[in-house]
Amino acid sequence: MALQKAKATKATKTKSKIKKRMVMAPLMMLIPWFLGMAFFRVYPIFLSFWYSLTNFPLLGERTFIGLDNFRQIFLNDTTFHASAIATLRYVFFGTPMVLAAALFIAFVLNFKLKGVNIFRTAYYVPSILGGNVAVSILWVQMFRNNGLINSAINNFNNATPEFANIPIVFWLTSETWAPFTLMLLSAWQFGSVMLIFLAALQNVSPSLYEAASIDGAKGWRQFRSITLPIITPVVLFNAVNVLLRHFQEFNSAFLVTSGGPNQSTLFFSLYIYDMAFQRLQMGYASALTWISLAAIGVFTLILFFSSKYWVHYND
Amino acid sequence: MTTKKTFYKVLYHVLVVFFGFIMVYPVLWMVSGSLKTNVEIATGALTLVPRYWLWENFPNGWAGFAGITFSTFFSNSLFLSVFTTIGTVLSCSLVAYSLSRIRFRGRRIIFMLMMSTMMIPAQVILIPQFIIFHRLGLVGTFVPLILPSFFGAAFFIFLMMQFMASIPKELDEAAIVDGCNKYTVFTRIVFPLLKPALVTTAIIQFYWAWDNFLGPLIYLNNPRQFTVSLALRMFADTASITDFGAMFAMSTLSLIPVFVMFLLFNKQLVDGISTMGLKG
Repeated sequence: MALQKAKATKATKTKSKIKKRMVMAPLMMLIPWFLGMAFFRVYPIFLSFWYSLTNFPLLGERTFIGLDNFRQIFLNDTTFHASAIATLRYVFFGTPMVLAAALFIAFVLNFKLKGVNIFRTAYYVPSILGGNVAVSILWVQMFRNNGLINSAINNFNNATPEFANIPIVFWLTSETWAPFTLMLLSAWQFGSVMLIFLAALQNVSPSLYEAASIDGAKGWRQFRSITLPIITPVVLFNAVNVLLRHFQEFNSAFLVTSGGPNQSTLFFSLYIYDMAFQRLQMGYASALTWISLAAIGVFTLILFFSSKYWVHYND
Repeated sequence: MTTKKTFYKVLYHVLVVFFGFIMVYPVLWMVSGSLKTNVEIATGALTLVPRYWLWENFPNGWAGFAGITFSTFFSNSLFLSVFTTIGTVLSCSLVAYSLSRIRFRGRRIIFMLMMSTMMIPAQVILIPQFIIFHRLGLVGTFVPLILPSFFGAAFFIFLMMQFMASIPKELDEAAIVDGCNKYTVFTRIVFPLLKPALVTTAIIQFYWAWDNFLGPLIYLNNPRQFTVSLALRMFADTASITDFGAMFAMSTLSLIPVFVMFLLFNKQLVDGISTMGLKG
């Protein structure tokens, strides 16, 4: 009896030894990665929080000043106020613009259409160019005062003098229009959002549409009562993604308008860049990133909580 | 009824073609601009066919500025993109394998930690990361742009873990019976089978690295190290008044790698985006 027991324990011992070796293997693989992640991704988060409580010129002395940075930002920093307005305007108006354009095109391309793949690619081309600097250069050339768009307007006015003249717009140099021009750039690159919508639309069961048309629902009614509710989870997903992207937009504002005119496109990320890498005020800039992060968090949470009222889940 | 139906059908096709053309037009306009004269571009000409085909724009632009040609910029960009892509693919597949295939204590915690780094926007760690590299004396080198990619990116790890779930575990077990250990299971079984996910990761990472602007802007200050993006920006800043054609020519060239990748891997890219949802 005792012998049997001893044998059994011996067996489990060797078994656990093998098991241990099996467990060690992945841990060995993970160690370098884990150290790297800890040092380059997790540790900086804490550092950033600490810096936000300090006065820290990159080439000077770092001193702890508590919440002074935040007090300064909220109470006295007019550039921050302008930046907050610019960012929120871009997020509020730009996000629905991208979503609407993407959903509309996805809806249109969802019909049976010859060569639909070609069109899908055509609508996707602007997006594959992504944040490339060439795109910003292109945008400047199109929207500058005597650029492509305005000369198109001119040509149109000259060709049809009997119509009322379309006024020339200062797309990049007027405070009212510059933010809109950047929104247009973002909306032009709706490709990946559109593809996700398209995938969702293609998953809607055709039998639902058949049932709806038997009940007499057509066109817009069908879209509103059947398609839209079914794809609301995807709308939420896309809305969160586009919102995050817009909150952190840098390239277009930096390259196309340089934050101007009169700070109307000075997004958070631009102001942070300016503070950190032009003026080298690392503490103040870190405080700004945390405010930006808080804003992103709040808006994402609002979206998620509101989803209870407008997102339909099947189960 | 039938005429009305055909009318709508035609109208629908015309609209789709029309909007599609408007979407692509700016890109075509830029490509054609690379062959136009400065006067033609400066006046905002709408045509897609240049009046005179000015091929000189390409050598003129390629000459770059301050004696540094675009050969330098393109090889810098290529170097950075290739190495960040290799780093990302290797590290992410290894981590994904250990996290999804092997049960060990703390696995869930590591997974949660990794996912939470995905939630934190990049701009939060941008500044402290810069200071770390500044203290290490690595600002002004390629290291800060390449090294982080060797420590995995949560997003791609997640993508690969999703894909790995579809590779049957029985394969691993069979391989172990045949004498593989956990490492060789990875190198001989899982890694080859992971190919579609690896390809998607590589393409997207290459895109991001190629288009990356903020990273090089912050870390590189010697024009000899500039990437194509930085060089284009310098070019647009200094030469916009004088040489539009050359600027368009270089912009067009900078898009070629992206286009080639798109043409080669169109399907993987579209599938990847449709299922996962990525940023443009």
